[in-house]
Amino acid sequence: MLTITNLHARVDDTPILNGIDLHIATGEVHAIMGPNGSGKSTLAKVIAGHPAYTVTEGSITWKGADLLALPPEERATGGIFLGFQYPVEVPGVNNAEFLRLAYNARRKARGEAELKTAEFAPLLATRIRQAKMDVVFAERDLNAGFSGGQKKRNEILQMTVLEPELALLDETDSGLDIDALKIVADGINTFRRADRAIILITHYQRLLDLVRPDRVHVLAKGRIATSGDRTLAERIEADGFEAVLA
Amino acid sequence: MSDPDQDAYKYGFSTAVEAVTLGRGLSEEVVRAISAARNEPAFLLAFRLKAFKRFQQMEEPDWASVDYPTIDYQAIQYYSAPKSKDKAAGEATYASIDDVPKEILETFEKLGISLGEQKRLAGVAIDAVFDSVSIATTHQSRLFDAGVIFCSIQEAVRQFPALVERWLGKVVPIADNYFAALNSAVFSDGSFVYIPPYTKCPLELSTYFRINNTDSGQFERTLIIADVGSQVSYLEGCTAPQSSKHQLHAAVVELVTLDDATIKYSTVQNWYAGDPITGEGGVYNFVTKRGLCKGARSHISWTQVETGSAITWKYPSCILVGDGSIGEFYSVALTNGRMQADTGTKMIHIGRDTRSTIVSKGISADYSSNVYRGLVQIHPQAEGARNYTQCDSMLVGKTCTARTYPYVDVQNPSARLEHEASTSTLSEEQLFYLRSRGIPQEEAIGAIVNGFCKDVLAVLPLEFAAEAHKLLALKLENSVG
Repeated sequence: MLTITNLHARVDDTPILNGIDLHIATGEVHAIMGPNGSGKSTLAKVIAGHPAYTVTEGSITWKGADLLALPPEERATGGIFLGFQYPVEVPGVNNAEFLRLAYNARRKARGEAELKTAEFAPLLATRIRQAKMDVVFAERDLNAGFSGGQKKRNEILQMTVLEPELALLDETDSGLDIDALKIVADGINTFRRADRAIILITHYQRLLDLVRPDRVHVLAKGRIATSGDRTLAERIEADGFEAVLA
Repeated sequence: MSDPDQDAYKYGFSTAVEAVTLGRGLSEEVVRAISAARNEPAFLLAFRLKAFKRFQQMEEPDWASVDYPTIDYQAIQYYSAPKSKDKAAGEATYASIDDVPKEILETFEKLGISLGEQKRLAGVAIDAVFDSVSIATTHQSRLFDAGVIFCSIQEAVRQFPALVERWLGKVVPIADNYFAALNSAVFSDGSFVYIPPYTKCPLELSTYFRINNTDSGQFERTLIIADVGSQVSYLEGCTAPQSSKHQLHAAVVELVTLDDATIKYSTVQNWYAGDPITGEGGVYNFVTKRGLCKGARSHISWTQVETGSAITWKYPSCILVGDGSIGEFYSVALTNGRMQADTGTKMIHIGRDTRSTIVSKGISADYSSNVYRGLVQIHPQAEGARNYTQCDSMLVGKTCTARTYPYVDVQNPSARLEHEASTSTLSEEQLFYLRSRGIPQEEAIGAIVNGFCKDVLAVLPLEFAAEAHKLLALKLENSVG
């Protein structure tokens, strides 16, 4: 469903991705690991269409079409979701209203009728319950004053509401205590389905113990240095990146 | 005429219409000529001459955080009236809408204001002012039946001279400040409203100001009197053609509420702001707006959405004389390009148990400068006075500035004042976050900016809230990303 071929990208004048090749099929969960600065977050942002990054070479096809030709909002309505490593705060924008706008943008793209606030509320309430979040979050401003853990859980909530076909989760596990990590992992496992794919970007084995990946890739210097099954993650946990990259 | 839709500022077109002017420059003769052109009564000529005398003794204020080249007051035309179809030059009032030149009606149509019988807004009565002259006031008869007077100030001087004489200059004295003195000497037209006792005005009242002549200043004068127990909601809108010259707009607005009366005054200001890169042209918006809560438990509420003008210098204020009276100021000031705004309010607490609320939202982008300046003053006799002030600034980009100058002067120990302030930024990351959820850029900017301003937009009359939402998003579209 997603094919990345020889992808090169830079921010300003600094090349960060130097020829990524990756194919993800429906139903698969891939983990992307790698040392700091290896380009993991950049890869996620390039897939989502962040305007600060320039693709200089290569291609990304999504469901057979050229993904790079689309603005970020059309990638999103086309089924791609990025769970941010550092979700931004947007004061004054109500969380529930924001989710409804996003949900309706997706429905609109599919040619479905948009939902009114009252129609959307029950769906949101169900998802909030599933994410084990407090209902007051719906009425708060988007991420404003949320703790690090609350922000990450809010990302998972958004994912479950928007029901993308591909979820890119950028270090959704970092900064979580063990209870929150379990809740987030439960959210991801519930979301996991044969018609959806997930890319987990993570530093830690502990998430991969809870959400078992089909493939593990190690990024180094903007390229995929090595790939394997989940035993690769275990080796990294035991011996460090140096060992597997050597 | 340029195509309004092709310009970034879509109201930047001008209308080719023959104008009657008094030429450039300011002198006692010009003041007398303005008064004579309109057959004004003696009291008004005396008022003007006194103001002109004081104006000559005053100096242009320089304390505001705005920067502009010296204004040549002799290069400005102080009177510009579109020539009417059949009337002699100099005479510029219209007995009916049929006398109004078609170009002018078309101008207002283009601005979305229909003055003709068929298409005009059902719930809103509009007074349309074109340069120095009021063109038409709609829904006159329906208002008349309710006892409400809503007409141009020129008309009011003719028909209700006693009311005008009683209140004109009573809230903003002629020598209050430099620009108020100038206005008092040369003011041309504007709106007059009187709401009789225990009457709720059956319609929203609205004045639409249009500067067309790019050489003329606009000096309108608005006077609204809400008698005992009455209520009115009033809205003003403003646009001007795009011009490389600066146009001076020095208006005075005076509001008076007697016992238990309420005036809600809303402004959506979108004067031409000048070239966003060079700063060439644009309106100097030097306006004095003040409300006098004269009666007990009376209430004046200012709401402003300021999105235009090269320079805005404006402090809609409330003088809370009546015991238990309430003053409110809700403001959104958006600056982009090279705009400069120094705006805020004064809440002067004189009566007992007076209350005031100030909510100010400043948004600055590009190379603009945005200042909130406010004064809360509690007089010694204002037992139990209360004020709540909230000032928030949003910065878009790294080259703009936002500043806040809240002045407080408390002379009664029982007063309670609260002040909250914040500064935030609208960042590329916020925009990307919303876009990455499928929300298109334009809607994303709208959501963020309107979210920031929601406390103010919520108090705008419904008809205009939607317009303000769109205007704010539109203005920032080119400043982000």
